Amino acid sequence: MNKPVKPIDLQLEDDGPLYVAQKKVFPQSVSGTYRRIKWGLMAFCLGVYYLLPFVRWNRGLGAPDQAVLVDLPNSRFYFFFIELWPQEVYYFTGLLIVAAITLFLMNSVGGRIWCGYLCPQTVWTDLFYAVERLVEGDRRERMRKDAARGTMKLQRFSELLLKHSIWLMIAWWTGGAWVLYFNDAPTLVKQLVTFQAPMLAYIWIAILTATTYVLAGFMREQVCVYMCPWPRIQAALTDEWALNVTYKYDRGEKRTSLKKANELRTRGEPVGDCIDCYQCVAVCPTGIDIRDGAQLDCIQCGLCIDACDVVMAKIGRETRLIGYDNDINIHRRQAGKPPVYRVVRPRTVVYSAMIAGIGAVMLYALLTRTLLDVNVLHDRNPVAVKLSDGSIRNAYTVRLLNKRGFDRVIAIDIDGPVNAIVHVVGADSVTPDRPMIILARDTTTELRLLVTAPAANNPEKSTPVNFRVTDIGLGEVASATDNFVTP
Amino acid sequence: MTEHSDFDNVSGKTTTGHEWDGIKELNTPLPRWWVITFYLTIVWAVGYWVVYPAWPMLWSHTSGILNYSSRAEVAVDLANLEKIRGDKMVVLGAAPLAEIEKDPALLALARARGKTVFGDNCAPCHGSGGSGTKGYPNLNDDEWLWGGSLDQILQTIQFGVRSGHAKAHESAMLAFGKEGVLKKDQIVTVANYVRSLSGLSISAGYDGSAGVKIFTDNCTSCHGDAGKGNQELGAPDLTDKIWLYGSDEATLVETITNGRAGVMPAWVGRLDPSTIKALTVYVHSLGGGK
Repeated sequence: MNKPVKPIDLQLEDDGPLYVAQKKVFPQSVSGTYRRIKWGLMAFCLGVYYLLPFVRWNRGLGAPDQAVLVDLPNSRFYFFFIELWPQEVYYFTGLLIVAAITLFLMNSVGGRIWCGYLCPQTVWTDLFYAVERLVEGDRRERMRKDAARGTMKLQRFSELLLKHSIWLMIAWWTGGAWVLYFNDAPTLVKQLVTFQAPMLAYIWIAILTATTYVLAGFMREQVCVYMCPWPRIQAALTDEWALNVTYKYDRGEKRTSLKKANELRTRGEPVGDCIDCYQCVAVCPTGIDIRDGAQLDCIQCGLCIDACDVVMAKIGRETRLIGYDNDINIHRRQAGKPPVYRVVRPRTVVYSAMIAGIGAVMLYALLTRTLLDVNVLHDRNPVAVKLSDGSIRNAYTVRLLNKRGFDRVIAIDIDGPVNAIVHVVGADSVTPDRPMIILARDTTTELRLLVTAPAANNPEKSTPVNFRVTDIGLGEVASATDNFVTP
Repeated sequence: MTEHSDFDNVSGKTTTGHEWDGIKELNTPLPRWWVITFYLTIVWAVGYWVVYPAWPMLWSHTSGILNYSSRAEVAVDLANLEKIRGDKMVVLGAAPLAEIEKDPALLALARARGKTVFGDNCAPCHGSGGSGTKGYPNLNDDEWLWGGSLDQILQTIQFGVRSGHAKAHESAMLAFGKEGVLKKDQIVTVANYVRSLSGLSISAGYDGSAGVKIFTDNCTSCHGDAGKGNQELGAPDLTDKIWLYGSDEATLVETITNGRAGVMPAWVGRLDPSTIKALTVYVHSLGGGK
């Protein structure tokens, strides 16, 4: 790619050409280990994405039975046995942190594993290329057809129509699956088919259909090269031990055609294994030459490894001329030393420890989180009220959270000023000193609670008061502390 | 139009011809779709000028073909809100006062609505939480001039106190000093008697029997024989710990000399009946309600 350009070929403009044309990439089909891995991961990722909304999970009567559901109107998130409220969104924060560090770990072990195998951009682009190959034929055919695009024949036209139709169907299905995560999937599918779904659902499907179609069908490697920040970040995160898809130039150079190589060998002259067949370039989905070394445009999908292996096997040379390797080992081999691979090193250990640590904290927080909670807010104005008999009263707004899927009866006890009386506005207590309240299932109840300290026991200064909420049936307890203020 | 003939041998690219201390800038053009997108955003921006309000004129601005106005949007939203609220407020308006407090949903609605209305209309005098100040009663305590039951609070809010409304609470305290009913020393004596009713300290030289006599002759008709007050007349209980204007001798002397006649406007006609109902429940639920 660094071939000198003759000045005569340049566009004659004031400040040079304003843009570079998108180079056309026609990846050739290939088979091998990494292609199989990519097919497998693609099937898994897309399978999970498209089918997960249909998985059911019984949560009891009145609760949604969708395993994974983002219930925006009721602000609840359901994930199998987990139900999260909006204030628990920090679990997602934790999850995102773990995801980021996992990305770092992957990167320090095996380079751009995310980019090459798991990134939605890669997965969908790969799928779209597969469709393209199926309809239009392999690399050579597509190149030929593209070169002859000036003379559009009916067959070519129908081919393109078919390709874009399939692309649009996949794109539409992608958008369709997205909205299913936000609504009961079977119901929404029925509504969508009968055109009775909410407008918003159609709008979102349209948006995601458009993005999928454009990003996977047209933008492709441009997204990775020009739009995505990750290649820039990962370049700063990598180190010399990380395994990357590498052309082992110690073995490959000097590139020589098969015929000439045999000739030179018989004469005892040094020759490389690379026969300059350009198969690695032909299969590359970003259209680069891996032999130029590690580069931003390389998403490290491993397809060039497969392509090269096929050729090496055919000509009876050792495979993995291109493979997961690093410069350290290239230099070691050049110096006649055996290669060393160090997966366990400070960087990977620290990343793993961070993942384990944050994961453990999150798991602990999730397992020990309370399904009954109480928050207390002291009245701001007035902070304290003197009653006619000289007793002092403080008022509190008490917010009770019942995260269980059933109604429950709770009792409120306070531990504060001596002989203080607690009263809930609007609730006629059966037990005068211990108000009992029914908390509706999966909801928040707000109460106005009055605490009165009798004149004889008026505290001289502010004293802490503890509000203890007890589930009469289950014995679950939650508590909150505030202050009892004197005027 | 200059030709880019300056060629960088290391990178194999041409340069822009710009040079700083021998360092030359490589000619690295943007991708075509990027440039096109950039121009499209400019074209798109022009669309805003046409569709939305954009250009300031001398006294106004261009309104755009959509005639969009954020102010009009707010008006529509507010109208919708009133519509939604309307249905709920009808339910609230139909429910008896005592039932509202027993129904958690209605109570929550009445408290929420009441709190807003209180903040808009009542807080200037009674304070944001109904905490009151000198001359304006604290609505959180259990001392009520005109009664603290739901019905009594409703009555007071509807018609006010000395508001000029036909049904308003009218009676006021006589200005005993100004009107010449009591002399200065008599006022001081009865002020001390009043202090003694709630166990407050009494100044030296106070004549107890004179105090009782003056009180019996002048005050009991409203405040009662024992000074317990009378909610029919808005006469406060003088034996408790709550003082609307203050319990020190000087303040009491001022009160007895000039009388007291606090005013509260009538809200009927200004607020709709169901809003007044919500306000009643809110005030009652502050804690002092009977």
